[in-house]
Amino acid sequence: MSAEDSGVVKIALVSCGSEYAGVQPEFDEAAAKVNAKFVFPEIDVASIDTIGREFGLEVASGDLRLMMARAKAVVEGTTNVDGVFITTCFRCAEGAIVRNEVRRYIHRHSNIPVISYSFTESTTAGTLLTRLEALTTIVRRRHLLTREVQKGLTAGIDSGSTTTKAVVMKDNKIIGKGWVPTTKVLESAEEAYSQALEEAGVSREEVQALGTTGYGRFLIGNHFKAQLIQEEITVNSKGAVYLADRQRGPATVIDIGGMDNKAISVEDGIPGMFTMGGICAGASGRFFEMISKRLGVDITELGALAVKGMHENVSMNSYCIVFGIQSLVNSLARGATPEDVAAAACYSVVEQIYEQQLQEVDVREPLILVGGSSLIEGVPKALGRLLKIDVLVPENSHLIGAVGAALLASGYVEE
Amino acid sequence: MAKVFIYPINSLILADLVERFGHKPLTMMSQIREKVTNISLDSPPINITSEDPKLGLKYAAIEVPAGVRGRMALIGPLIEETEAAIIVENPPTNFGCVGCNRTNELMKYLIRSKNVPILEVKYPESDEEARDFVNKIAEFLSSLPKEKSEEEEKAEEEKPEEKEDKK
Repeated sequence: MSAEDSGVVKIALVSCGSEYAGVQPEFDEAAAKVNAKFVFPEIDVASIDTIGREFGLEVASGDLRLMMARAKAVVEGTTNVDGVFITTCFRCAEGAIVRNEVRRYIHRHSNIPVISYSFTESTTAGTLLTRLEALTTIVRRRHLLTREVQKGLTAGIDSGSTTTKAVVMKDNKIIGKGWVPTTKVLESAEEAYSQALEEAGVSREEVQALGTTGYGRFLIGNHFKAQLIQEEITVNSKGAVYLADRQRGPATVIDIGGMDNKAISVEDGIPGMFTMGGICAGASGRFFEMISKRLGVDITELGALAVKGMHENVSMNSYCIVFGIQSLVNSLARGATPEDVAAAACYSVVEQIYEQQLQEVDVREPLILVGGSSLIEGVPKALGRLLKIDVLVPENSHLIGAVGAALLASGYVEE
Repeated sequence: MAKVFIYPINSLILADLVERFGHKPLTMMSQIREKVTNISLDSPPINITSEDPKLGLKYAAIEVPAGVRGRMALIGPLIEETEAAIIVENPPTNFGCVGCNRTNELMKYLIRSKNVPILEVKYPESDEEARDFVNKIAEFLSSLPKEKSEEEEKAEEEKPEEKEDKK
């Protein structure tokens, strides 16, 4: 029975023994919230002794070899699943190698969506929820994600951790925008939505469908009685390829948000692999805010400053928001220019995205950079230089979530 | 009777051999059984909670992966009880699955540091090696003290309570 028939999404758990870290109940809780369940692909026990040679990656841990055997069972269809969740211990080097190669192997040999994650004993259901929600959405709502044109009069609200954005769209055009800092989730959403409606010159009653996304999506979605309440990974990747006019074929979307980053590998507007940054604010909009404050400039001026500077002139030996700022302050004290400091801040953010996230998704051109931080000119410049490719920043790239939500919500407009 | 730690920690063949010679095998199965059958609010598969990796801190530092510390929360107490050990190197999976190699390295190190009688043998590759393998294990198990005096048994029984008192 398919996922759409039964409603339950079957996710293969390919792990090195996550149950021993005490996180299994958290995994199960997150899965239950999105009506999914974990299954353990069946394998022949003897294959654990031979899979390493067969796979070409010979590792010492039996459970890591079990992961490879389970991945093979998924690819060969011995176990029928809708998605795969690959997970190993955070801090285990051997686990990290296997996790990455198993992910690539499944990606190469099947169309099954995969997410990978390294767990600690502190991993919570809340941390996993957005990822599993995205995974199950890709399985359940493929038809919705293939929508390429916005129809009717729809709106989208993106309740982010730092800013709340809203758009009103009509017949495939943005006719109203709203943007406010997030203070109280509901009040900020009300304000942003009102701004967008006013600019569009329409009333709430006229809006045919509304979609919400972002951290506050459930709260505001219920408040506004939204037709679509959707996590930001699928919404933003759809919004990105829509705004960049690259809806067909492969693309990589990097979304630098206020609190976390997302790197998403997209094919025909549908996310395949994705990673989501954790709790570290060292590679996000928050870091830029603090740097701007320290340099005494508005965040909108930081980009122009950065493109004039040379990041090589400032030594940064940490990506941590605390130590990173300490490095920059020390550099300023030694006479570094604000331009160089701004450039180093941009470089530091993209370097961390490269090291922590792009290693988990395969970068395929075009690379579309979205999120508020994409408006800081130094960021696409630094990313392009690091990856040696052209970075595409579409117009309205900061409104990506709201646009994606309005686009997908139009699937609910009765024609 | 000696408490004999075995590696692979879940090998049924080794556990059986130890029992046949009148000793008590220290196995992962017994630890997991306790976890599964203990009445708890937490749910299966093996009722390990995020508290277990914290208990594992006794054996491995915070930098060590959570799965290793979670496993050590089960295996560590067995190592503490250990009076003798049999370590089989390079066993195939069906002789006893050796899950996480980082844990295996640590537990073997802790056993070797304990200053108890240890037999280290290679997994046999031929019939002749297999006979030699079983003979070595039999000889080792026969060399361990069979019965303890009543006083020793009594002292052993009191040990857990003493530990409780100390807490």
